[in-house]
Amino acid sequence: MSPGIRSSAAAVATRAVNTAVRRVGRGSGTVAGGRVGLRLDPSLLEHLGAGRRTLLVTGTNGKTTTTRLLVAALEPACGGPGSVATNATGSNMPAGHVAALATGRRDATAVLEVDEGYLAEALVALDPVVSVLLNLSRDQLDRTSEVRMLSGRWRSALGAAEHTWVVANADDPLVVWAAGEASRVRWVAAGLGWRADAVGCPACEGRITFEEGGGDGWVCRCGFSRPVVDVSVERDGAGTWAVWRDGRRARVALGIPGKFNASNAVMAAEAAGITGVDAGAALRAMGELESVGGRFSIKDVKGVPTRLLLAKNPAGWHELLELVGDDTGSVVVAINARLADGRDPSWLWDVDFERLGGRHVVATGERCLDLAVRLRYAQVPHLTVRQPEAAVAIAGQHGGRVDFIGNYTAFAELLGRS
Amino acid sequence: MSLVVVVVYPELLGTYGDGGNGVVLWRRARWRGIRSELLMASSDQPLPDGDVYCLGGGEDGPQVQAAAALRSDGRLQGAADEGAVVLAVCAGYQIIGTSFPGADGEQHPGVGLLDVATVKGQGPRAVGEVLAGPFDPGLPFLTGFENHSGVTTVGPGASPLAAVQVGSGNGVGPGHLTEGAVSGRVMGTYLHGPVLARNPALADLLLDWGLKGAAERRGQELPTPLAVLDDAEEEALRAERLASGSPGRRRSRRRHRTAPAGDDLRGVP
Ligand SMILES: [Zn+2]
Repeated sequence: MSPGIRSSAAAVATRAVNTAVRRVGRGSGTVAGGRVGLRLDPSLLEHLGAGRRTLLVTGTNGKTTTTRLLVAALEPACGGPGSVATNATGSNMPAGHVAALATGRRDATAVLEVDEGYLAEALVALDPVVSVLLNLSRDQLDRTSEVRMLSGRWRSALGAAEHTWVVANADDPLVVWAAGEASRVRWVAAGLGWRADAVGCPACEGRITFEEGGGDGWVCRCGFSRPVVDVSVERDGAGTWAVWRDGRRARVALGIPGKFNASNAVMAAEAAGITGVDAGAALRAMGELESVGGRFSIKDVKGVPTRLLLAKNPAGWHELLELVGDDTGSVVVAINARLADGRDPSWLWDVDFERLGGRHVVATGERCLDLAVRLRYAQVPHLTVRQPEAAVAIAGQHGGRVDFIGNYTAFAELLGRS
Repeated sequence: MSLVVVVVYPELLGTYGDGGNGVVLWRRARWRGIRSELLMASSDQPLPDGDVYCLGGGEDGPQVQAAAALRSDGRLQGAADEGAVVLAVCAGYQIIGTSFPGADGEQHPGVGLLDVATVKGQGPRAVGEVLAGPFDPGLPFLTGFENHSGVTTVGPGASPLAAVQVGSGNGVGPGHLTEGAVSGRVMGTYLHGPVLARNPALADLLLDWGLKGAAERRGQELPTPLAVLDDAEEEALRAERLASGSPGRRRSRRRHRTAPAGDDLRGVP
């Protein structure tokens, strides 16, 4: 077989397996089909990526949401809903990428979420026009690499990827280090709420000092410092704005909450801008989105209106605790420690659960006892109810909306069940 | 009575939530009406005076930096000589020993507070739940989570802390089926959790040592025995972890999952 014929056979197999898996009700099928395809043709991803425009999104937090925002931004120019190929289910490793590209038009623009550990492979296989780097922080340390090592790997991979534009978060030193050898970078002041992983300088192993008193600067003695940004996110009485260095401004008005999502949207707008989409139009299109894979949606759980929130690691929790911080309603916190969550919940001690003081808090999930001990030492009064729906029902007795914050499988289970 | 708890270099040695050990000691002192202060000691400052020092886990590069900073600062050795308590976890455990491996493959000199030496293990990384029986008869089983690739040999100047039942602890092979080490008031362990949250009896042992040391240094009367706290939540967690580490693990998991919600409901003091 010629390489071309083998690839199209493998792509057909990918689609066939996906359809079959969906038909027997065994999930969305994306990964299974992609695996079969890659086994038939190890270079299937290169073939499926050839001749199309691809944008990649990676980082520890916000990948799925930013990917969805970017798809929303590009769709109007690409032919409307469904015209952009994407791994909407969050299968962000090669098998998921194959599955996303095997369906739809062969020349459709693709926006792919990429697991942090697979950026190097994706850059080589897909030769993307844009790579969006959101942030890097500790996540599932029992099974993933240390963040400093990841930053170094991104750096050499991006240094070798001459065609890609990099859209990078200038507020995260590990991301700035990673983008340091890329040929073309657009710097976005996307913010960094959680800084515990950012203090050690990746350039010299010295210390990074962050400007105090609300400034955004950071610098190390070795000279490694925050780059001059191309676009920043500003807030005033009238709302949130993306403000470019050349004076352009565009409103950021999203249907999903949180400062971090405004930053994700500005990263996406900058990426869309590189493909020729007007940033203002991109942001308007993103404003239509109201939830991402169930995140931020309000569901009825046993009669209780429940806002579903997902946080997987300390940086993610930092953002969400800030998001819910001004509310007074009940909060259900759900923790599992399955493979997809990381088996070691020690990171609970990196999260400022103290911020939930004064709220009605219910600890739930398979590791609710670890959480209960953490809350005890945070001096946050709480109930412990192992079963998540029962936990929501009890939290709902105080009236009003309940915020349910779960880590990966805890969130997915409640989303799927109710 | 008062107690100063110092978390050493959290920006370098704080990868696995081990700063929680400082929080646990501080809270358990305060809950008993003991004046207690919790200090986060940054590596660009001289180490402050304290009664208990907590060191946590860290990545390879920061681990080497932390060891170098502690050696040049010298205050941790000084405090330990004067009877202060040191609890060092994972990378911290390795650096308070005599030597440890860096990411470069080289051995680096440790702080030398504890007679243990660590080399890089040949096998796969030790990742998972640990269950270990302490040699101190006053302590119950230790539960924790390990994540390291070190093999640590306990020398004649220190004693192993516990015998490993589940997990790797100090490493594989003859003479290594132990976990952690202790000498005087200096203790090292591979257990995350953080270890004191999962093992409140160990926290109270260190607290007792810390108060004794503080009294000795300040020429004060020795402290009275610690008041008993309501550790119902810690005990529930321990029971679950101990069951999950035992051979009856699958059965006990299933039992938890199918328990009716009402039985699971537990109030909190
Ligand atoms: Zn530097």
